[in-house]
Amino acid sequence: MTDDRKDAAALAAGIETVPELLAHALRIEEDAEERYLALADQMETHHNAAIARLFRWFAGHEAEHAREIRERMAGMALPEIKPWDFHWGDAESPESVDFTAVRYTMDTRAALGLALEAEARALAFFQRIVEVARDPEMRRWAEEFAAEEAEHVRLVRAEIAKLPPDDGQAVERAEDPDPPNEPL
Amino acid sequence: MNEHPAPKRKASDYKSEVKPVWCPGCGDYHVLLSLTRMLAASGTPPEQVAVISGIGCSSRIPAYTNCYGFHGVHGRSLALAAGLKVARPDLTVLVMSGDGDGFSIGGNHFLHACRRNIDITYVVMDNQVYGMTKGQPSPTTDPEWDSALAPGGTGIRPFQPLVIALASGANFVARAFSGQPNETARIIHEAVMHPGFSFVQVMSPCVTFRPEQAAWKDAVHPAPVEATDDPARAARRIMTDDGFNIGVLYRGDRPVFDPHSGAEPVPLSALERSFAL
Repeated sequence: MTDDRKDAAALAAGIETVPELLAHALRIEEDAEERYLALADQMETHHNAAIARLFRWFAGHEAEHAREIRERMAGMALPEIKPWDFHWGDAESPESVDFTAVRYTMDTRAALGLALEAEARALAFFQRIVEVARDPEMRRWAEEFAAEEAEHVRLVRAEIAKLPPDDGQAVERAEDPDPPNEPL
Repeated sequence: MNEHPAPKRKASDYKSEVKPVWCPGCGDYHVLLSLTRMLAASGTPPEQVAVISGIGCSSRIPAYTNCYGFHGVHGRSLALAAGLKVARPDLTVLVMSGDGDGFSIGGNHFLHACRRNIDITYVVMDNQVYGMTKGQPSPTTDPEWDSALAPGGTGIRPFQPLVIALASGANFVARAFSGQPNETARIIHEAVMHPGFSFVQVMSPCVTFRPEQAAWKDAVHPAPVEATDDPARAARRIMTDDGFNIGVLYRGDRPVFDPHSGAEPVPLSALERSFAL
């Protein structure tokens, strides 16, 4: 059994009903919004206004996705799941940007790259659910979510394509003129 | 801490309006996330929680929550927390510290807090460096860490907080990794629920002064054995592991310190008379 298949088996064991799937889908969007807002705050604190705006824009979109899911599940009771009992197959929900991957000098390309990775992880998550779902109704929901995430991946890729060509100087531009490891 | 089933709270309900000033990429952001997720999952009202700290990057955390908080003197967070818990046993008291604050400046308090076994939870965000003061080696720094402020390394054996906690009498000992915020939240929750003094070492990378700690993400792994209630066995495991075992390592059952046990309270006037010359 490949590692991917092991993950899929684990997911299948943990997410077996439509309410469980919706609870996971909603938490993905809520976690992503929370994470983008925190990242926007970090960038504002460290005077990287352009990237702060970009992260806040993503946070708004994630909040909108969460609102849409809540509307679509109207009347359905979702299970109460503690943060550590979700079945992500990973340490965190798939669409959360890793806090440790950001730097205060990061540029738009780097920020969009992180967003693309997050959207791709969410897409892979729902695709795995589609593969292993036994309940046809659950598979249908997962297919819808996967299609939406695929569209998000396409949109972020399109935004990256609009950027000026990568001149290979991003690392140099991100150089800190007052590097922290140098004693005064 | 008691579980509070209602009303339902979100992690954001435990965050203050103050924005953290940690470096982007710092592991302490994840610890804050773990803390607020843990509190939301428990449902404990913010006004029933006190977050106590000393000095250092990690010790800024009380300002970032909307629980009661006290940003205290360097290394003295455990003394403050002990006094608070004895006076207000109804509160959930969380002590948040760093490796310098907790193991160097506050090292003596650490030993005796473990011995005393008051029902508080001590979370140390360990990045093996003094980040706030620009990167000096801390008690847990590897002896070979070669840096501008410690050329050639210190050559000093690192402090072993988990074993020292065990030997000193801590009732719950665990190691977590900040990059796994849900698992860290679970471990802190278990620490809070366990009676007595609970100690959680959270490996929390400093991306500014220890960028090589980014590799911790791939090095950590779940502890291969279940937690034990035998401190000698737990100590042997910790002393021989690779330093990256994550999980609850020891759950003890020592009696919790109760300042109100024993003699009946003595009126203040009687105390004054006993000191009269």
